[in-house]
Amino acid sequence: MAFYVAQFLTGLASAASLFLVASGLSIIFGVTRIVNFAHGAFYMIGAYIAFTLTERLSGAFGFWGGIVLAALAVAMIGIIVEMVLLRRIYHAPELFQLLATFGLTLMVEDLVVLIWGPDDLVGRRAPGFKGAIDFFGQNIPSYDLFLIVLGPVVLGILWLLFQRTRWGVLVRAATQDRDMVAALGVNQKWLFTSVFAVGVFLAALGGALQIPRDAVHHAMDLRIIVEVFVVVVIGGLGSIVGAFVAAVLVSELNAFGILIFPKISIILVFLVMAVVLIVRPWGLFGRPEAAARKTPGLTVNPWRPLTPNERLAALAALVIAATLPLFAGNYALTVGSEIAIFVIFAVSLHFLMSVGGLASFGHAAYFGLGAYGIAFLAKMAGLPMIVCLLLGPLLGCLGAAVFGFFAVQLSGVYFAMLTLAFAQIVWSIAFQWVDVTGGDNGILGLWPSSWAASPPHFYWLALGVAALVTIALRAMVFSPFGYALRATRDSTLRSEAIGIDAKRIRWTAFVIAGTTAGIGGALFAYLKGSVFPDNLGISLSVDALVMVLLGGVETVSGAVIGAIVYKALNIWLISQTDLSKLVLGGFIMLIVVVFPKGIVGMLEMLAQRRKKASPPASPLLAKPIESAE
Amino acid sequence: MKLKVEGLNSHYGPAHILFDIGFEVGEGEVVALLGRNGAGKSTTFRSIVGLVAQRTGRIMFEGKDVSVRPTHEIVREGLGYVPEERRIFTDLTVEENLEVGRQPKRPNAPHWTREKLFALFPNLGEMKNRSGGRMSGGEQQMLTIARTLMGNPSLVLLDEPSEGLSPKIVEQMVDAILTMKKEGVSIVVSEQNLHFARLISDRAYIIERGRICFGGTMAELDARPDIRDAHLSL
Repeated sequence: MAFYVAQFLTGLASAASLFLVASGLSIIFGVTRIVNFAHGAFYMIGAYIAFTLTERLSGAFGFWGGIVLAALAVAMIGIIVEMVLLRRIYHAPELFQLLATFGLTLMVEDLVVLIWGPDDLVGRRAPGFKGAIDFFGQNIPSYDLFLIVLGPVVLGILWLLFQRTRWGVLVRAATQDRDMVAALGVNQKWLFTSVFAVGVFLAALGGALQIPRDAVHHAMDLRIIVEVFVVVVIGGLGSIVGAFVAAVLVSELNAFGILIFPKISIILVFLVMAVVLIVRPWGLFGRPEAAARKTPGLTVNPWRPLTPNERLAALAALVIAATLPLFAGNYALTVGSEIAIFVIFAVSLHFLMSVGGLASFGHAAYFGLGAYGIAFLAKMAGLPMIVCLLLGPLLGCLGAAVFGFFAVQLSGVYFAMLTLAFAQIVWSIAFQWVDVTGGDNGILGLWPSSWAASPPHFYWLALGVAALVTIALRAMVFSPFGYALRATRDSTLRSEAIGIDAKRIRWTAFVIAGTTAGIGGALFAYLKGSVFPDNLGISLSVDALVMVLLGGVETVSGAVIGAIVYKALNIWLISQTDLSKLVLGGFIMLIVVVFPKGIVGMLEMLAQRRKKASPPASPLLAKPIESAE
Repeated sequence: MKLKVEGLNSHYGPAHILFDIGFEVGEGEVVALLGRNGAGKSTTFRSIVGLVAQRTGRIMFEGKDVSVRPTHEIVREGLGYVPEERRIFTDLTVEENLEVGRQPKRPNAPHWTREKLFALFPNLGEMKNRSGGRMSGGEQQMLTIARTLMGNPSLVLLDEPSEGLSPKIVEQMVDAILTMKKEGVSIVVSEQNLHFARLISDRAYIIERGRICFGGTMAELDARPDIRDAHLSL
C-alpha cells in the first residue's frame, strides 16, 4: 500500500512541471490562437540557464534566485521572439504558425548543444529539500513534496491574476474577441507580447524546477511538448484548470502505467486520451471551438485538370528522370531513389492537408509503419519482396485507420496536436518494445530481391511507383470522392447539409494518405536495408510538411518539386555542416515569413504578374484584422 | 467640426464596398446614417475605427487625421464604437465588461463612472456579477453602449442600436441616447428605422449601395418623400 502511495506522490510531483508548461501553452493559445511548438524549447532553455545560474550563484538564495532569474531571462527571450517572429504570422494559417515555431525549436536544439555541449548535465539539489521522508518504508524525496504543493499554489496565483487584475480581465476578453478589445482602445500588440511573456515564463519555470529531479539534456524539449500536447488535448486548450487536472491525470497514468505495462506505459495515456476525445472532443474543461477557416494555404484557387501542354511537360520530366541511370553513378541513383520515395511521402501528405484540409504533424507514423511492415514480413515471415511490397503498406493503412478514426473527430490545431501525439506514441512503442522491434537497434538486413537489387533497377522501381502514386492521387482530386473531400474542407456544415458524411470522408482520406505514405516507407526500408524508430519520428513528419510548404501548398506539383528540392538540399546540407538543425530551422522560418506560397506558388504568381500587372502585396503582412464576416 | 469623413473607399478582398463616402458631424450633434440592410452602414463605421484594413480617404477627428492610425489609437482619441453585433464578452461579468472599456478621463468629454452608467441603465446595476452570456438581447445592447462609454468618448458611433429590441427597450434606448447627447457626447447612429432615428437625430444621411445619396436635416428629409421611399424601406 505504502508503495502505491509513494508512486502516487511521484506522479503528483511530475505533474507540477507539466502543469506549468501546459498552462503556459494554453494561455498563449487562448489569446494569440498560436499553438506554440517552441514551448518545449523554452522549457529546455529554462532548465539549461537555471543549471548555469545555480552552479554560479551560491547558497540557498543563489539556488532559488537562479531558478527565478532563469525563468525571467527566458521570458525576455520570449518577448524578442514574439516581437520579431510571431507578430509577422498572427494572421497566417495555423499550419504556418506551428511550422515557424517548430523551426525555432530546431534552432534551439542545436544552439543549446553549441553552448552547453552534448552531455547530460546533472544540476544541484535544492537547498532545504535535499533529503527524503520515510513513509512506511518508502523514501519520498522532500523536493517532490515541495513540487506537489507548488502546483496548486501556481494554479491559485494564476487564478488571481486572471480574475482579479485588469490585465487578467483584458486577457480573458481578448481570448474571446480580440478585435473588440482593440475597438475599446486596448493595444493588442502589447497585450499579446505580455501574454506570450507570461506563458514562456511558466514554461521556463517548469524547466528550471526540474533540474534537481532530472538531468538536463538537449532532447527534453520534444519529450515535454508531446506530453503537453496530450495534456491540453485532454484538459481542453485554453483552460488553466483543465491543464492542471489533465497534468495530474497524465502524470498519474505514467506513474502507474509503468507498473502495468512496464515496456509500453504510454499506451495507457493513449487509451485515456482516446476515450476523452470520443466523449468530449474539445477536452474535459475546454469548449467547442467555432469552426475556423480550414484552408491550409493563403488562398486556395479552384483546382483544374492539367492542360494538354502541362501533361506533356509532366511526361517529359518523367522521361528525363527515367534516363538518369544512363549517365549517373550508383550514389546518384541511390539519392535519386530516396528523392522518389520522398516524393511519394510528400504527395500523400499534400493530399491530406491541401485537398482534405487536414494538416497532420505526425504523418511519418504511417511512413514508418509501412517500413516496419516490410521488416516484419521479410524478416519474420520470410516473404519475397514483391509480396512484402504489396502487404507491407497495409500496416500503415491499419495504423491510419485506427489513429485516423480519432484524429478526424477534431480539426485545426487539435488535429495537428493529436496526430503528433499519435506519431510519438508509435515511435515510443517502436523504441521501447525491444523484443519485437529491436528498439533503437532497429531491424537490419532487409535486402531487395535480385530483380530490384541493382541501383538502376531500384531507381526505376521507386520512380515508377512515385509517378503512379502522384497520378492516382491527382486523379482522385477530380473524382466524386475528391469533390466531397474538398467540400468538407471548405465548409463542413454546408457539406453535411447536402448529405456528405464529413467524418467518414475525412477518415477515408486519412487512410488513403496513410497507406500511400506506407508505400513510401516500404520502399524506403528496402532502399536502406534497415528500419529504425527514426523512420516514424517527429523530424521526419516535419520534413514532409516542409517539403509541401517549400514547394507550395496549393498545387500537387508543389509537393513533388518541394520534395525534390528539399531532399537534395538536406542531403547536401548534412554533408556540409554539423549544425543542420540550426540551418534548417532558420530556413523553415524564412519560408513561412517571406515565401509563404512556396516555390510553385511564387512561379505562378510571377507568371500571373506578367500577364496582368496587379500587385498583391506580401500576402501575410497585408492581411487585415477582420472578424469573420 | 467634430468628425469629418472625406472620400472614404473600402474593400473586402476584391469587392469594392464603399464609394467616396463623405459626411460631417458637428460638436454635440446627433447624426443618423440611414440605409437598408447591406447598404454599407456597418462597413462605414468599421472603416472609421480602422477595423477594415483596405480603406482610403480622409477621416478627420477633432481636426486630426486618424485614417492611418491603428484601431486602439483612434479609440483612445475619444472616438467610441458600439458594434451592431454587440460583441459582449460572454465569459466576463457586467462589471468586467465595463472594465475592459475603461480609459482615462478626457478634458473635452463627459466622464462616465460605473455608478453613472448604472443610473443610465438601471437594469445593468441589478446584474453587476452576471456573465454577459446570460443576458437578454436588450440588456446586452445596454451593456455594449455602457462599455464604450467607459472609455469617456467625445463621439460615439452607434451601429443599429434598436435592432431586434422590444418596443419597451427601444424607448429606454431613446432616453439613454438623449441623455448622452445632453451630457455632450456627439453621436453618429446608423439605423434602418426612420421613426427611431427621428426621435433622436438632428440631421441624417442616407447611404445606398456604398454611396451617400442624401444629406440634410430631418425636416429636409421629410420634405423629400421621393428620396425617403426610394432608399428606405418603411
